Amino acid sequence: MRRVLLTVAATVLGLVLLLGFKSHGANPRGGVSALAIASAPPAAVAGPSGVSGSPPPSAAAPSAAAPSASATPPVTPSVTTPGATPTPSARPRTVAGPAVDTRYGPVQVQITLTGTRISSVGVLQVPLDTSRDQEINSYAVPQLNQETLTAQSAQIDSVSGATYTSDGYLQSLQGALDAAHLR
Amino acid sequence: MGTVFSFDVRGQFDATAFAGVLERLHEWDAVFSTYRIDSAVSRLNRGEVSVDDCPADVARVLALCGQAAERTDGWFSAWAGGVLDPSGIVKGWAVQQASELLRAAGGSAHIVNGGGDIQSAGGPWRFGITDPQDSRRLLTVVGGVDLAVATSGSAERGNHILNPFTRRPATDLLSVTVVGPSLTDADVYATAAFAMGDAARDWLKTLEGYGALVVGRDGAMWRTPDLPEVSSR
Repeated sequence: MRRVLLTVAATVLGLVLLLGFKSHGANPRGGVSALAIASAPPAAVAGPSGVSGSPPPSAAAPSAAAPSASATPPVTPSVTTPGATPTPSARPRTVAGPAVDTRYGPVQVQITLTGTRISSVGVLQVPLDTSRDQEINSYAVPQLNQETLTAQSAQIDSVSGATYTSDGYLQSLQGALDAAHLR
Repeated sequence: MGTVFSFDVRGQFDATAFAGVLERLHEWDAVFSTYRIDSAVSRLNRGEVSVDDCPADVARVLALCGQAAERTDGWFSAWAGGVLDPSGIVKGWAVQQASELLRAAGGSAHIVNGGGDIQSAGGPWRFGITDPQDSRRLLTVVGGVDLAVATSGSAERGNHILNPFTRRPATDLLSVTVVGPSLTDADVYATAAFAMGDAARDWLKTLEGYGALVVGRDGAMWRTPDLPEVSSR
């Protein structure tokens, strides 16, 4: 699959988009932290049917879940078209994103590019607070990294799973993409 | 808040077409995000506007929410916490819409992956399904043409999906993956099945054209006969 992929004229891979879809609401901890993201599991379910539902008094207003809404990262797509034009330099380069402060501590990622293609995404810094350590590390290697790695196995084209992506991770990743002038 | 969307288009494709797709995704985010105070959904919830005042996509999505509730006997609902939150359907719907836009732009073979929910066109493709207890591990691989894969779960971040009848977090299962032609439907089925818990075992078998892989709370896996597995490890 990989071999085929490389010979195809125009492959567009790894376009990264940061969006605020999904999740919130049913967070049992109450409130949405800077790192409480949301990718996979659909947040909303409830209320027997579409028409029902008088709001219970305790229902959190949507705005209550928006403390970090302003932190929604700027959406900067990066399109890479490996096959479209010959890559001038195939030498891998590494670009670090900014360290993004989250309520748990700084998060920083690094990307490695070959030409304009991301070949890996790594985590440089995650908060080491022991109570959060495992939690953060368990989701701070999110979808993009996973897709990159699995795609390289050449056996699989993409991955589905209950993955989570942290806000800090995305902001730092976006910073790295911007710094790499991938736009 | 964020979800990573990735697009993989094979073959000749004019990459400038992405601009239109991205624009639409941002529009939907601005309309449907429950994080944004000024989104149409937030304003609806505050009673500031009616559906008629909102962009047409709101009525479309609400209609889909109604259909989803019907088809799942109420196990899927956008009125989870008592307020309208169509997030449970919007992501799958948006990914599928993006896929259709890519196809219309000439990308006949592609994958759109939004936060682990996949809509593909053409193929055949192979998609790994991750272990909810260890996201680096694949439970199995499914494959096919024009395939959609949706996974709902509570892995890693605690429970996100409520049982709509008890309004308590669903805890029977670790993850539900549904595979079939439409991501909007697959996502609804996966979410509803997760909320159902163990009762989903029989229900998932009744879905025509959709296969499922379920991981129970004890880590035990089971699948329906329609799951298009191409290999497992």
